[in-house]
Amino acid sequence: MAYASRAFSALADPTRREIFERLSKGPRSVGDLARGLPVSRPAVSQHLRTLKSAGLVMDRAQGTRRVYQIDPAGLGEIRRWLDQFWNRALTAFQAEFEEKQEHM
Amino acid sequence: MTTIAISPAPVRRSVKVNAAPPKAFRVFTSGMGKWWPKQHSLNSKSAQQDVIVEPHAGGRWYERSEDGSECEWGRVLTWEPPARVVLAWQINGNWQYDRDFETEVEVRFVADGSGTRVELEHRNLERFGDKADEVRAAFDSPEGWNGGLQLFAKAVAA
Repeated sequence: MAYASRAFSALADPTRREIFERLSKGPRSVGDLARGLPVSRPAVSQHLRTLKSAGLVMDRAQGTRRVYQIDPAGLGEIRRWLDQFWNRALTAFQAEFEEKQEHM
Repeated sequence: MTTIAISPAPVRRSVKVNAAPPKAFRVFTSGMGKWWPKQHSLNSKSAQQDVIVEPHAGGRWYERSEDGSECEWGRVLTWEPPARVVLAWQINGNWQYDRDFETEVEVRFVADGSGTRVELEHRNLERFGDKADEVRAAFDSPEGWNGGLQLFAKAVAA
């Protein structure tokens, strides 16, 4: 599993960083985000899809609009990886006690 | 140029173990090499033999391999047996020890009935983002941590 690579690559693009920064101030629709950005609305949608697949933002339907917001888990992949890692490590830690009890 | 403040939620995990806090603390710290998943090693050339947490604030946190070599992982920030230990995780997104990189792993040992609830929090994860440029090139390296994980995944699937 690539260690957070998609999250990092996604934020390497200046337009996506700008979009991500705007979203850090609160949820926004694609139209809101496109205003004031030097790229077309379809381009903004494409950037949002990239950020979404990297686990950095989430979206929901609000009426006919799609509203985007920062994924509270942020830096999605890296966090997911660490989550799984600690899960595995602590399960092994816990097993250490169970084994000892069986021997006693 | 604007800076972005990304604050991902910390990773939080909690497990219950069948021992009182002093023993749970001891197994977690001085016995780390016994339970730490062996494939999570920074040394790709030699198998992990032990993981050492020196028992004092400022102490080293490192692994020793079977060939005798040592790899730094971080250091002890807070040492409060049997209730709490805070480790500095100084392994960056490139899976290398980096003395200028630091995230915190806090572990609390809370008495719970006849056992202990062990609560772990790994925080300051936004700092992984600072090294983005260095990170990207290394992901597909077959010798890297990533390669180790693929081996691990294969072993699990087998």
